[in-house]
Amino acid sequence: MQLARAFLIRLLTTLVTLFGVAVIVFFVIRVVPGNPIAMMLPPGASDADIARLKALYGFDKSIPQQFVIWLSGVLHGDFGTSITRRQPVLDLVLNRLPATIELAGMALIIATIIGGFLALTGTRLRGTKTEAAIDVGSGMALSIPDFLWGLLMILLFGVLWPVLDISGRVTPSLQLPFTTQFYLTESVLRLRFDLWRDIAGHMLMPALALAIPLSAIIGQLLKQSLKETMHLDYVTLARTKGYGENHVILREALRNAILPTLTLIGVQFTFLIGGTVIVERLFSYEGLGNMAIDAVINRDLPLIQGIVIVFALLFTLINLAVDMCYALLNPRLRHG
Amino acid sequence: MAEVTTDARGLVKRRLGLRLWLSGGWLLVLTLAAVFAPLLSPHDPLSQDLLGGRIPPMFFPGADPTYPLGTDSLGRDVLARLLYGGRIALIVALVAGLATCVIGSALGLIAGYFRGWPDMVISRLIDIWMAFPPVLFAILLIAVIGPGLTSIILAIVVIDWTRFARVVRAEAMAQGAMDYVASAQVAGRTRAGTMLAEILPNVLPTVVALLTLEMGIAVIVEAILSFVNLSISTDDPTWGGMISEGRTSVYQAWWVLVFPLVCLFLTVLSFSQLGEGLKDRFDPVLR
Repeated sequence: MQLARAFLIRLLTTLVTLFGVAVIVFFVIRVVPGNPIAMMLPPGASDADIARLKALYGFDKSIPQQFVIWLSGVLHGDFGTSITRRQPVLDLVLNRLPATIELAGMALIIATIIGGFLALTGTRLRGTKTEAAIDVGSGMALSIPDFLWGLLMILLFGVLWPVLDISGRVTPSLQLPFTTQFYLTESVLRLRFDLWRDIAGHMLMPALALAIPLSAIIGQLLKQSLKETMHLDYVTLARTKGYGENHVILREALRNAILPTLTLIGVQFTFLIGGTVIVERLFSYEGLGNMAIDAVINRDLPLIQGIVIVFALLFTLINLAVDMCYALLNPRLRHG
Repeated sequence: MAEVTTDARGLVKRRLGLRLWLSGGWLLVLTLAAVFAPLLSPHDPLSQDLLGGRIPPMFFPGADPTYPLGTDSLGRDVLARLLYGGRIALIVALVAGLATCVIGSALGLIAGYFRGWPDMVISRLIDIWMAFPPVLFAILLIAVIGPGLTSIILAIVVIDWTRFARVVRAEAMAQGAMDYVASAQVAGRTRAGTMLAEILPNVLPTVVALLTLEMGIAVIVEAILSFVNLSISTDDPTWGGMISEGRTSVYQAWWVLVFPLVCLFLTVLSFSQLGEGLKDRFDPVLR
């Protein structure tokens, strides 16, 4: 019962947050100098044309009026029409979102694997020079942001030892028989491993750039909580039963140590998605973030609004899901 | 077993010392280079020489000794641009870092110590801010307020104050529950007086460590913004602008990308290692 109440409160604050985001974005970009309408029309357009176009995009009304119209549209799934691309914003966003989700998902998987491996190795070899090296290495990996890792990788694997493609999502000359925008997933489902190789090859560098700092964070935290768990009585008991060190770490300690790490992964995952904006730009990857930067540069107000709202929705939903998982998984909170 | 852990800890401590020295050293060199940039630069950072474009750096075939780090595609001196770009990076780090620190910490202190409605408002604002992708937010702000050094600093303050507010709020809350705060109140201090005289000094070490980290972040944000061409003006030398240009001509002139990247890398690493080192110094457990 109490849990249900807590969920309800959490849900309400999430709605307040989303509304706040909508208000801020809407009003901030209304201050943008530079008239987007003027940029759409050919020189020599008549005043009547300008007025007609303004009315079409709703720019002739007052700003609070525009907000109410826009918000009620959003609640009905209508995000307006992009000024530069002349298409519904929702279609554009949904078309690009899968690319960003696949990139972020791949980065998350890579980060979890590397981070987990580092934590387990560090715990198994605790007190040795290897552990100290892992500590120093992850400390440095952590302090270099995704943007710099991306540039470093372009230099290493794009120029010095050119094994990977440094731009785009897929080689443009390839024919894609796909029906969805989830290229990587669909190539696996259709067993087109030739295409999978090309797509994964394009994604590997941006995904690694996003994954490296996160893997260091995961590794540090998991190692820390493993270390604490290793001193608990039930682990000592397993040891006295004669189980080897590997069994004790993997089968006994890991199960209890993993919970705090899971929460952290959730929060950090939103940071990672935020990082896709610049990393996509760096690798000319055709995702949502790259489109967002174009939209800002072109002053495409409806598109900017739509993209920011979708990002905010993604962030808050992930946080909500993490909180709920945590409450469900943690017995202490279940009865609290 | 016990001996091994003491050894490992000693090792970590020595590493920390070395790390602090190395990062402090690089930042000192950078500061001196930025201050004396006009004396050190062999050429003007803006002067173009279209016939002398893409001269490779020293020791490479075709190098010109007056351009030790080579020239970019417009024939501008890479070394001079690097030095002047360092100036902008350091100004942004200092001013944006300090401003973000003061505003964010003040809000965090108020929310964490006074609780009640100020905390409600500030916490809700933090939630809203956390739902924005920070890079997109910064780009949007620059598009709104227009490019320029002041805009960049303003954008960094606007997007990053939550970083301080979150941490300081939590610390102030923890400190506020302690006995010494209660006894200060009993001794007749006002609420605001307690906050400034008792709580603030106790959260200060954390704030200083965060500030160092924030300076590194500010340098990165400036580089990202000039990378998407929204920073100062396209002519003024910035590391991000050089990286952006170097990224497009990386196959013809790698040095235009490599040198600013190395500087950015070392600077960001130094700030964060310094911050981590300070955090460990202040951490009673490690000390």
